[in-house]
Amino acid sequence: MSEILLEMKNITKEFPGVKALDNVSLKIHRGSVHALMGENGAGKSTLMKCLFGIYSKDSGSIILDGTEVNFKNPKEALENGVAMVHQELNQALKRSVVDNIWLGRYATYAGFITNERKMYNDTAKIFESLNIKVDPKVIMSTLPVSQRQMVEIAKAVSYDSKIIVFDEPTSSLTEQEVHHLFAIIKKLKEKGCGIIYISHKMEEILEISDYVTIMRDGQWVASEKAENLDMDKIIKLMVGRELTTRFPPKTNSIGETILKVEDLSSMYSNLKNVSFELKKGEILGIAGLAGAGRTELLENIFAISERKSGKIFIHGKEIKNKNVRQSIKAGLALVTEERRANGIFAILDILNNTTISNLKSYKVKGLFLSKRKMKKDTQWSIKAMRIKTPSQETQIRTLSGGNQQKVIFGRWLLTEPEIMMLDEPTRGIDVGAKFEIYQLIIDLASKGKAVIMVSSEMPELLGVCDRILVMSGGRVAGEVVSSKTSQEEIMTLAAKYV
Amino acid sequence: MDNKFNVKAPFSKYAGMSKKDKVKATSEFLINNSLYIFMIAAIVIIQIINPMFLSVPSIINIISLSAANLPIALGIAGCIILTGTDLSAGRIVGVVACVSASLLQSDGYANKMFPSLATMPVFAVLAIALLIGGIVGLINGFCTAKFHLHPFIVTLSTQLIVYGILLMYLMSGNNNGQSISGLDSSYTSLITGSILSIGATAIPNFVWYSIAITAIMWFVWNKTKFGKNMFAVGSNPDAANVSGVNVTLTIIAVFALAGVMYGVTGFIEAARIGSNSAATGLNYELDAIAACVIGGVSFVGGIGKIRGVIIGVVLLRIIFVGLTFLGIDANMQYVIKGLIILVACAIDMRKYLIKK
Repeated sequence: MSEILLEMKNITKEFPGVKALDNVSLKIHRGSVHALMGENGAGKSTLMKCLFGIYSKDSGSIILDGTEVNFKNPKEALENGVAMVHQELNQALKRSVVDNIWLGRYATYAGFITNERKMYNDTAKIFESLNIKVDPKVIMSTLPVSQRQMVEIAKAVSYDSKIIVFDEPTSSLTEQEVHHLFAIIKKLKEKGCGIIYISHKMEEILEISDYVTIMRDGQWVASEKAENLDMDKIIKLMVGRELTTRFPPKTNSIGETILKVEDLSSMYSNLKNVSFELKKGEILGIAGLAGAGRTELLENIFAISERKSGKIFIHGKEIKNKNVRQSIKAGLALVTEERRANGIFAILDILNNTTISNLKSYKVKGLFLSKRKMKKDTQWSIKAMRIKTPSQETQIRTLSGGNQQKVIFGRWLLTEPEIMMLDEPTRGIDVGAKFEIYQLIIDLASKGKAVIMVSSEMPELLGVCDRILVMSGGRVAGEVVSSKTSQEEIMTLAAKYV
Repeated sequence: MDNKFNVKAPFSKYAGMSKKDKVKATSEFLINNSLYIFMIAAIVIIQIINPMFLSVPSIINIISLSAANLPIALGIAGCIILTGTDLSAGRIVGVVACVSASLLQSDGYANKMFPSLATMPVFAVLAIALLIGGIVGLINGFCTAKFHLHPFIVTLSTQLIVYGILLMYLMSGNNNGQSISGLDSSYTSLITGSILSIGATAIPNFVWYSIAITAIMWFVWNKTKFGKNMFAVGSNPDAANVSGVNVTLTIIAVFALAGVMYGVTGFIEAARIGSNSAATGLNYELDAIAACVIGGVSFVGGIGKIRGVIIGVVLLRIIFVGLTFLGIDANMQYVIKGLIILVACAIDMRKYLIKK
């Protein structure tokens, strides 16, 4: 039994016009965690899709446990001991947890009649061994995202595979669940599995992995033992240049109070008696665990969800916004959390994505839209947000996550808001681009906008915000000043009403 | 085991509620079960206005009309669960009905389509009927799955092709485009004959066949690998694919099975109507789709129950028959039918909306 469990040699994959993978090689040792890092578009997911049989590679070879393999579809990969936790949650949401776990390999009598009892019992057993507390019978869509992710992880583990690929498994997990996942990974390692772990979160990588391979622009850059690396070295290898600091300097100055929220409670979610104030030029962070009501708070202020009680004042005047259009008029803007689901219009171009919230200002003669004005504003947005795009006519889905986010920032700035609300503004965005987003946020505040920013990444809240509101169980658990607090204090507050 | 049917738990919860919540819970209950409430109310009102509505012959009429339409609805329901649809269903019923009838005309009948052809064994024709339906369904499924076309487009096309072939078929032999009648007694007695009567009213045999087919379909949907794959593909085809489900094959099989169901409907319909023309089966798919959506088979995909399809078919039939019993003008009936489908679907959709 050789020590190398999986070897991918000189993999090349070309899409029309782009070389997505160029001669990439990867060696996975038995019983180790191998982190795969690189900016978005570096080719990590493409490489894994070639391994898993979702894409077919153009050239190169894959040797699994001494024999060359070439999976034509995911089914073959799964049958030969390669499992994968996908980046996008790939679940049949209207079906039960049991059905999802055994999808594609139902236990049957005589090959076609399903054996529900066996599947239920096996699921319960798997959950017990992994210490996951989810009822196997519930419908997937009723679970919170983090639990769905844990189910997906349990599913990958249940294949009893030699190689398990985790593609950004922690993007929707809470701190505790991340520790839970790491415990599971350690168990798998002891069993001799090879783990491929893709993540943007540097702290995680350094904690969990034995080896790190770094990719850039579809090419292999370096493979190293994790103990020989630190955060700065990794970032340098990933972006190909030195990033001296992770956060830009703060240049904003705080003015008078602009927004006042009083005793806000929601009708259908757990939001209860939330009060806070926001000043001009201030960046207010909102911290909390999953389910703390952070997104719900922003959506409630923006009048996406129904209000039960409470008042909102802008410049001391109560606004009684009943819908999004009234909120925009009052000077509010919201960059949503799920960029793909309710942020971008994927198949529309940059121009349309930029101008969509502001169409009425392009009207000429009260009816037609002036293409010239729209182009001018789009050009301003591309320049001001430093968006990298070949043209205004490019479909937004072809841009990287960071550039898509910048387009959305530009969209909202055109509505001339006084208060920008940002929900996880750097989710799924790579390190280099994150810095640019931070810079944009600080620039906004410097120009006198008030910013509210929800984030699950503690360092980013501490690095960018002036003040942090910590939420717990739908309520405000406390308020801290960024420069005088610690991650520990925030974590303690976040657990206050759990 | 299954606490879905544990009625006591929600009631104890109900008792502990405040007055305001009680009102809310009650209205939720009424809206969520509005279909059943509407069905009962409709029956009561029609019965009061026309007491003949709930007479034995009328009830058996409703049941047998529902039974005749159930297989086609069950077939289409599968396509809807895959977020698709099937516009070719009615025309497939038509072509199967005409082929079945032409092969089963009695020997002595004057206007026989193929005079030289002896009446074929009924079960051989049944096999041909299922085969025709299955093949067209297979083509629908193949084009949908392989070419990634929306089934709306695929079945819009095959529907035309099937109709054209049917018209040509009706011109063949001695027929010259006429209706096909004079069916052999071996055929009619199998389908419309009766082994059980209530009072003076006979229950036609095809009711029993329809019940058997529904039972088989329930089993296929709920207890087989194929059924689970169908729901999974309808719910999220990408998830099914990366989990190792053969998505292409599943889609083809769902459409082929639907085709077989249309074959069954056509075979029953030919004998039930007795005289078949190119108009047989016209717009049957629209009633079937309406029945499915009324019964909660959602175009969202991955959602639907056999129970829902049955309720949808029966409810639609009660409305159709009931409107006639009320003596409502035929033109007005269309308006009322349309409104009922719209309202039923709007209420059903409420269940899937997440309140914010």
